[in-house]
Amino acid sequence: MTAPTPDVLVPTAAAGRRDAPATPRRHRPSAARRLVLGAFGVLFLLPLFAMLEFSTRGVGGRSFAAWRAIVQDPDLVSAITISLELAVLTVAGMLLLLVPVATWVHLRLPHLRRLIEFICLLPLTIPAIVLVVGIAPIYAWVTYLLGDSSLTLAFVYVILVLPYAYRAIDNGLGAIDLRTLAEAARSLGAGWPTVLARVVVPNISGALLSASFLSVALVLGEFTLASLLAFNNMQVTINLLGKRDAAVSVAVSLAALLLAFVLLLVLSYVGRRRGSSGVTEEG
Amino acid sequence: MTAPQPTTTSAPGLASSGTGRRRFSRLAPYLAVTPFLVYVTVFLLYPTLIVVAGAFTDDRNRPTVSTVRILTESVYLRAFARSIELSAVTAAVGAVLGALLAWAVWSGPRDGPLRRSVMAAAGVLAQFGGVTLAFAFIATVGLSGLVTVFVHDHLGIDLFTRGVWLFDMPGLLLVYTYFQIPLMVLVFLPALDGLRPQWREAVESLGGSGWEFWRYVAGPVLLPAFLGAALLLFANAFSAYATAAALISQGSPIVPLKIRGFLSSEVILGQQNLGKALGFGMIVVVAVVMTLYALLQRRAARWLR
Repeated sequence: MTAPTPDVLVPTAAAGRRDAPATPRRHRPSAARRLVLGAFGVLFLLPLFAMLEFSTRGVGGRSFAAWRAIVQDPDLVSAITISLELAVLTVAGMLLLLVPVATWVHLRLPHLRRLIEFICLLPLTIPAIVLVVGIAPIYAWVTYLLGDSSLTLAFVYVILVLPYAYRAIDNGLGAIDLRTLAEAARSLGAGWPTVLARVVVPNISGALLSASFLSVALVLGEFTLASLLAFNNMQVTINLLGKRDAAVSVAVSLAALLLAFVLLLVLSYVGRRRGSSGVTEEG
Repeated sequence: MTAPQPTTTSAPGLASSGTGRRRFSRLAPYLAVTPFLVYVTVFLLYPTLIVVAGAFTDDRNRPTVSTVRILTESVYLRAFARSIELSAVTAAVGAVLGALLAWAVWSGPRDGPLRRSVMAAAGVLAQFGGVTLAFAFIATVGLSGLVTVFVHDHLGIDLFTRGVWLFDMPGLLLVYTYFQIPLMVLVFLPALDGLRPQWREAVESLGGSGWEFWRYVAGPVLLPAFLGAALLLFANAFSAYATAAALISQGSPIVPLKIRGFLSSEVILGQQNLGKALGFGMIVVVAVVMTLYALLQRRAARWLR
């Protein structure tokens, strides 16, 4: 099987990398354009507005009881905490695992590049629901060795974010003159760990940030593995809560969507700043 | 790769003899990749192997094809057919509407706040989705959703005369389309960005119209990218689980929910590995689709770079 190369799946990072100088476009069909944008705007905002309306229903008026309940429900608070902790652990694991390998593949093991890329993109071909089936026996061992904390989910989440994170980091490494930088550092007496920590990482910090943000968004939205491996995270709790108190579930869902939106919007600005400073050799 | 490799690498003094030192320096780079390979072996490759091997073994770990053959029973064939139908329909609708929205965004300013907001929103809806989107639609067209109540009170229309369709296949079609359109925008916008303004100018200088530009230049150039994106959408819907799981708690019309059934309930004797066989079937479908996608991407890259 050929390795699929969906670098489009890392939207903001890829867009930042390929930013060509803005091109003036004439004949802008503004009326049709506005109509399309307006129609889609209504279509996509309607469910979000409905969530706001639904979660603020009260007896004979608006009420924010459901929103207040988010911070009052101990189950929910602990689930949100777990999801945030999982996000941190996953990002840390992803960076530790991927940055040395991606750097090495660029610098010293170019013949392994296709293999590593294939492995990293493999999770796109294995649906999460299928991965659950295969990984259940391995998690039996994980819980036996490390206890049954939901935080152990971070192991498999690192796998889940691999395709997105690898693409972002690989793009970042491709955009700098890694070989020259590394040789300069080496000739000044730096060991490889120093090269990695003090030359490579600062130069691809934009790409690392992209990879981290995408990973955080993915982990906060993850449901399949957590639910079927019988762990707890934010999405699992939202789903359970929905059976008992739909209004609170809808409120948390909306809050989570908005949080993810802000995260990706910030990322798009960060990505641009980095992208425009380091793409000269990309053409 | 013409730059000379440094022959002595990390940790000088670690190896005492000359040959040992050379061997170490040759193997050292691989040593750095080893933790990664071990990790992906444990948490990705081995689980995949378990699924694939499980699909071809019976309850006593003997090789067999009978498990995979059970998949051809009508109940599983129907689940696959429904999954494929759901993915195909939402991919087609999502691709067309998403391309339209991508065009509308593309024809605006490139660094504008509108484009940034749309891309961020698309990222959220396409990839964050899952359970939260299910609740979005419960709040919209659920039994007491905003739209349901509104059309009932003001237009006298009952949305659910034919049963509660939101919690069945029609509901999946609706919600899946809602996350397919944003994914199409994410995937297709870079392709539109690849169109060069010079091409349009060339068409115009030869007396061509805007329609002719889209029909004879942009259309053919974008077609592989469009078809590739549609395939990606198909794979995305086919692999999706969370939305379906949150909406449908009774019954399991599509393959991912069938697998849930095998994971969460008691397994019928002699069919221990049926869940794995279903998973294997899913991998085959997605692998075929993703391979086609990669080929189309390569074809698309000929012009759009």
